[in-house]
Amino acid sequence: MSRISGRRLLALCRKESYQIVRDPSNILIAFVLPVMLLFLYGFAINLDVSLVRIGVLRLDDGPAAVSFEQQLQGTPAFEIHHGPSLQALQGSMARGEIRGLVVIQSDFSARWLHGRNAAIQVLTDGSEPNTANFVSSYVQGAWQKWQEARAGLADGRPVPGLELRPRAWYNPATVSRDYLVPGSIAVVMTVIGALLTSLVVAREWERGTMEALLATPVTAAELLLSKILPYYLLGMVAMVLCTGGAVLLMGVPFRGSFLVLAVSSTLFLGAALGFGLFLSTVLRNQFNAAQAALTAGFLPAMMLSGFVFEIGSMPWPLRLLTRLFPARYFTSSLQTLFQAGTVPSIILPNDLCLALLMVFWLTLTARKTTRTLD
Amino acid sequence: MLRRLLALIRKELQIVLGNPKSRGMLILPVVLQVLLFPFAATMEVRNATLAVYNQDAGSASVELIQRLGRTAAFSSVKMVHSEPELRQAIESQEALLAVAFPSDFSRRMLAGQSAPLQTVIDGRRSNSGQIASAYVTQVVSGYALERGAPAASALAVRNIYNPNLHSMWHVLPSLVAIITTIGCLFVTALSVAREREEGTFDQLLVSPLTPIYIMIGKAVPGILIALVQGLFIAGAAAWGFRVPFTGSPVVLVAGILCYGMALAGIGLFISSICMTQQQAFFGVFTFMSPAILLSGYVGPIENMPLLLRGLAWINPLTHTILIVKGVFLKGFGFAQAWPHLWPLLAIALCTLSAALAMFRRHIA
Repeated sequence: MSRISGRRLLALCRKESYQIVRDPSNILIAFVLPVMLLFLYGFAINLDVSLVRIGVLRLDDGPAAVSFEQQLQGTPAFEIHHGPSLQALQGSMARGEIRGLVVIQSDFSARWLHGRNAAIQVLTDGSEPNTANFVSSYVQGAWQKWQEARAGLADGRPVPGLELRPRAWYNPATVSRDYLVPGSIAVVMTVIGALLTSLVVAREWERGTMEALLATPVTAAELLLSKILPYYLLGMVAMVLCTGGAVLLMGVPFRGSFLVLAVSSTLFLGAALGFGLFLSTVLRNQFNAAQAALTAGFLPAMMLSGFVFEIGSMPWPLRLLTRLFPARYFTSSLQTLFQAGTVPSIILPNDLCLALLMVFWLTLTARKTTRTLD
Repeated sequence: MLRRLLALIRKELQIVLGNPKSRGMLILPVVLQVLLFPFAATMEVRNATLAVYNQDAGSASVELIQRLGRTAAFSSVKMVHSEPELRQAIESQEALLAVAFPSDFSRRMLAGQSAPLQTVIDGRRSNSGQIASAYVTQVVSGYALERGAPAASALAVRNIYNPNLHSMWHVLPSLVAIITTIGCLFVTALSVAREREEGTFDQLLVSPLTPIYIMIGKAVPGILIALVQGLFIAGAAAWGFRVPFTGSPVVLVAGILCYGMALAGIGLFISSICMTQQQAFFGVFTFMSPAILLSGYVGPIENMPLLLRGLAWINPLTHTILIVKGVFLKGFGFAQAWPHLWPLLAIALCTLSAALAMFRRHIA
């Protein structure tokens, strides 16, 4: 690495900024896409299954069966569909129109009166495992409530038993938006950090402008910095936009410190930019660099960052692998900063890992850059 | 004319497959994704840590703690001895879930009184927390039943298509469609943009090929790549991961072909409005990430607001995932797949004609 001339660096940064601003696709990725993704994560992805469509087939006309059906109808989480026969309802399930099916058998009331096991069959659509789990636990809940109400009717007092009182800290109403939106900011920042930069050096090589740059007195350090600084600024502006959108428009709480958020974002952007530039410098081809950035940057940020899928539940080789991707640390910091506050025992190790990754990728890129210039 | 078309298709395939780096970029990511994502994309909870704050000295709480520690969801139990310690365990994400037994828990249990049990989940991961909390409920109600508490009798639940609710059975068929999306869109979207950047597109336009032939020549390699990638992942799912394949292979091929056509149309449309490869790449990305989110793969479509449900319906990925899943798990034949095949065909028709219109405009 050689000396840095402020004037040359400024000129290069200006050139790079013009290139960013003049190409509408940069604006698309830096401002339009983040807003769109944030909105989709906030409103389209709802893991709390607020309403499931189930089919109910009652083959028994006894009062107990009718009252249980009413209990199901009164459960706000269910939208009840009726069908003429079991076959018809199973057909709707195959087409995905209903996600579960409750069959009240013809001997339900008789068996219930004699205190024998209830003749109810619950079928769920296992092709959607998450929804299937919700269906069975909601039906189970309705069944328990109905039994308690019945027992209460019989001897006039509530049934004793074990009573679970669940509480969710930081997110008492367990709104999935509140943790998906902070996590999605990490995905958006990966897009800006790694995807945008994966093209910048490769583009210069493909168009032959790199040779022109090499003929000027520009040093490797200046060249690298001129690729980092404008994109860093762009990333921070997008970060402000995302955080503002999440807090002001979508009502996601933010309980941490903005200064800590800025530090974490800087470290993360450093790591992501370094990674993108590394791909671009090494592959020198826009198609390949873009594919690589997508595979090694964007997809891990979605799948391996712990923002939808719990890292702890993955097999250990994958758990180890997640440690290589900056998105994992940033997601964890974001979720904590937004929902819990500034918790040093989480933020500090995350920031440390991000800093290490940043140094690693930037150093690697810098070494590759000097070699190609010599 | 057919000979010219074949020559064009061969040239396009050579550009994509001729260079070992580009060829690697079409194969390596697919293999990596098939190896990694089915294990990552799970909604199950395993190996979590359970924090227990036990103020009770009786036997009931000890028994329950042992049972909770034996479930697959919790690999370790961390005992805490005060309220702040419990708070600390959750706050530092050491534990996903905490259970607190009050001091009179065993006494009330024995006396047949109602015994309250406090659970706390980490709201930063509320989905996993709720799933773990459901495991705790199962253990607790199982225990209560054994103790003869008049708890509710259990219901017989059967999960059809996927009896043990393996998340891999849901993930792998979806991946067939999702990974195919990436390969096909990139090949088609970058093809025209690359020619324009390099200036060879004008040469193509002055050749005897009409716009429709140019479009077919550009679309076929993308569709072929989609087909090969899709069938490779489907094969890996069926033989490698042992996901049951109950439907018709012909319907699977038809579904992927229709999807490939729809994608090729989208890719070529994006390509024809872009001046550079970068713009095409970002255009693809701007289409692809919302398409994945709105496909019902991450979150169910039923839970979306009406407007987004409409968007999900015109999203070709939604229909493809349903077809592939249906062919794998639900034994789909042609008749069952038709409600999703015709929208795919219609979407393909729309996107291909839009791309053709854009090609014609370039010539005019």
